Amino acid sequence: MIEIIVFSLIGIGVFFSVLRMIIGPEVTDRIVSLDTMNVMITGVIVLLSQVFKNEIYLDIAIVYGVLSFLETVVLSRYLEAKK
Amino acid sequence: MKVIGDVLIIIGGIFYLLGGLGIFRMPDVFNRIQAGTKATTLGAFSLILGVGFLNPSWLLKSIILVIFMTITNPVGSSVLARASYLHGAKIAKLQKDDLKSLYEKEEMSQND
Repeated sequence: MIEIIVFSLIGIGVFFSVLRMIIGPEVTDRIVSLDTMNVMITGVIVLLSQVFKNEIYLDIAIVYGVLSFLETVVLSRYLEAKK
Repeated sequence: MKVIGDVLIIIGGIFYLLGGLGIFRMPDVFNRIQAGTKATTLGAFSLILGVGFLNPSWLLKSIILVIFMTITNPVGSSVLARASYLHGAKIAKLQKDDLKSLYEKEEMSQND
């Protein structure tokens, strides 16, 4: 029951973030919204490990966190050099 | 143990919702970075610790994940803010820009 409530809360948050990604006036707005959405998706993966009672999803969450951090840093450095 | 885990998970969900709302409502890029990153860092902290408390044998792995996210989220936010300033993002209601003279001086010293 609690998982359903938390999944709907995170779903509304991801919805607002996707709206900002669609209407964002500049390219950095879209990258900020992507970064926030990555953190939310990591939380969703951790909650899935609680729903399915399976420990392997925590490993997937760790790898997803590493990849999303690298993605944010690489996109930012690219924008900074491009100017 | 179960009650603590449930309360922590619900707090995490509420902070995720607040982070998404801040991303949508704030006026310029830097305010959005503040709202999004701070709220979702606390949300991830609370939610992952809550799942760890619900299943005590996973507590070590969830603490590793919490430490990792606590380190990497501020670093990503700082890099994003620097990139959006250098890319020329507009700042709402700006009256005085202290960084501008600093970066111009740096560029001039690099050109010499």
